[in-house]
Amino acid sequence: MVAWWGFLILMPQIGNPLALPGRVMLHFLVYLGQLAALCRELWTALCSGVWRLRLVAQQIVAIGYGSQGVVIVTGAFTGAVFTFQTYAKFKDFGVETTVGAVVSVALCRELGPVLAGLMVAGRVGAAMAADIGTMKVTEQVDALRVMGVHPVDYLVLPRFLAMMISMPFLVAESISFGLAASYAVSTLGYEMPSAWYVTHMLEHTNMQDLSIGMIKGFVFGIIITLISCHQGLMAENGAVGVGAGTTRAVVISSLVMLIVNFFLSVLLNYIFPIGTA
Amino acid sequence: MSEHAATSPSSVPADNGHFIELRGVRKAFGAQEVLRGIDLSLRHGETLCIIGPSGEGKTVLMKHIIGLIQPDSGDVIVGGIRVNGLREREMAPIRRKVSMLFQGAALFDNLTVAENVAFPLWERGLRDRSEIDRRVREALSAVDLTEHSHKYPTNLSGGMRKRTGIARAIIDHSECILYDEPNSGLDPIGSDIIDRMIQRMQRRFGVTSIIVTHDMRSIGKIADRVAMLYRGVLHFLGSPAELERCADPIVQNFIHGRSDTAA
Repeated sequence: MVAWWGFLILMPQIGNPLALPGRVMLHFLVYLGQLAALCRELWTALCSGVWRLRLVAQQIVAIGYGSQGVVIVTGAFTGAVFTFQTYAKFKDFGVETTVGAVVSVALCRELGPVLAGLMVAGRVGAAMAADIGTMKVTEQVDALRVMGVHPVDYLVLPRFLAMMISMPFLVAESISFGLAASYAVSTLGYEMPSAWYVTHMLEHTNMQDLSIGMIKGFVFGIIITLISCHQGLMAENGAVGVGAGTTRAVVISSLVMLIVNFFLSVLLNYIFPIGTA
Repeated sequence: MSEHAATSPSSVPADNGHFIELRGVRKAFGAQEVLRGIDLSLRHGETLCIIGPSGEGKTVLMKHIIGLIQPDSGDVIVGGIRVNGLREREMAPIRRKVSMLFQGAALFDNLTVAENVAFPLWERGLRDRSEIDRRVREALSAVDLTEHSHKYPTNLSGGMRKRTGIARAIIDHSECILYDEPNSGLDPIGSDIIDRMIQRMQRRFGVTSIIVTHDMRSIGKIADRVAMLYRGVLHFLGSPAELERCADPIVQNFIHGRSDTAA
């Protein structure tokens, strides 16, 4: 009875429940269409050769330099806790000397790029959506258009280029500090001989593992920029709309990144199988 | 899709010396029909003031002229080019001829006053620093803001922001300037400075101007013609003197600020 009354109350708000899947699908397709249009404009901007390098440099400072702190802390403590947890279990099997190898491969292939991506999505993606969204609702984006400046050329392209340059470095930092922390926990915390850790790590980690991390960082950078800038450019309804767009930018880019990560891992593991030099 | 959205963008002959022409422009936002068939034309160098109650689509009409909003039907022709149906990147030739002052000035928060004013010059490829500085000083002096050139928009009053927006709109000597409520938020002296500047732009450079305003004193000083937008149509179009003489109660109530028959 309660459910029936609840249904009657909510009915006007949710509309015909039979139409709900269609509406969701329609929204999804519209969203994909808008992203595709943004990609096309970005490509046109990229091909125009007018890259506004001063803005790119400013964005590199904001995105790359400014994100180092969170990425380093995240990488370091992930490496430390991963080592702390795996060491005990590996000791049961008598393979504790391979902790360095396992942590290294995991950091390079998965944890480094994914955690750096999530932190950058939270920090930079939110800032992109909020900055561009505020410009949109205060007519600054329209002012750009009136002056004959395409918003994608001026707002999206510099952020895109800066992200492409910064993300691989941030991923590399995340991996490096994760490994350093793992080394510290293993050698100082568990008194594992340094040579064991380093030898096993170098034996089982190769350039392909590192390449996978860099490629993923690059792809995640594209995802974060496109989704966040799109949310900013679509913002409306003043401060509330900017806030909602910022939240959506972080949530959608984080989810898309995790989903894409799976398929990218399958593809990259096919191209660069684990354990082959 | 509107009937005109599907047509390819094309040049339209400027047959009668009109710089701007709107032909049967209609626009609706959802169920609300804001413009219901607007026909309007402006000659080169003419100053038109658009008046009307708030929310009647004056700014929407203005945004059609510069291609920020596309009509559902009808044609918008600027400088012999049909604006409706053009893609964003194809608007550049129009936007080199027309500039706009936004209601809230729309200054870039991360740039100083001087950088905001210099922005159109920089984006149009001017790289001569001394020439940019000279023109920025000239534009800022026209709106009496020379000593505030180093400030950021957040440190300016509403009136100063508006004057900075005007300086940015006039700096590249466009053929046409659209002003969206240039006098709102200004004291009477500031408002007079703006009116004089609009007149000066018209006399010196023959600039075509469209001004959305509620300031009836300004209209007498600057307008060649006045258009009153009411319920989506042009309710009145004529000279300021004709506006004064117009016997229509809606016009009279509006210009004298009487609310009894506003609905």
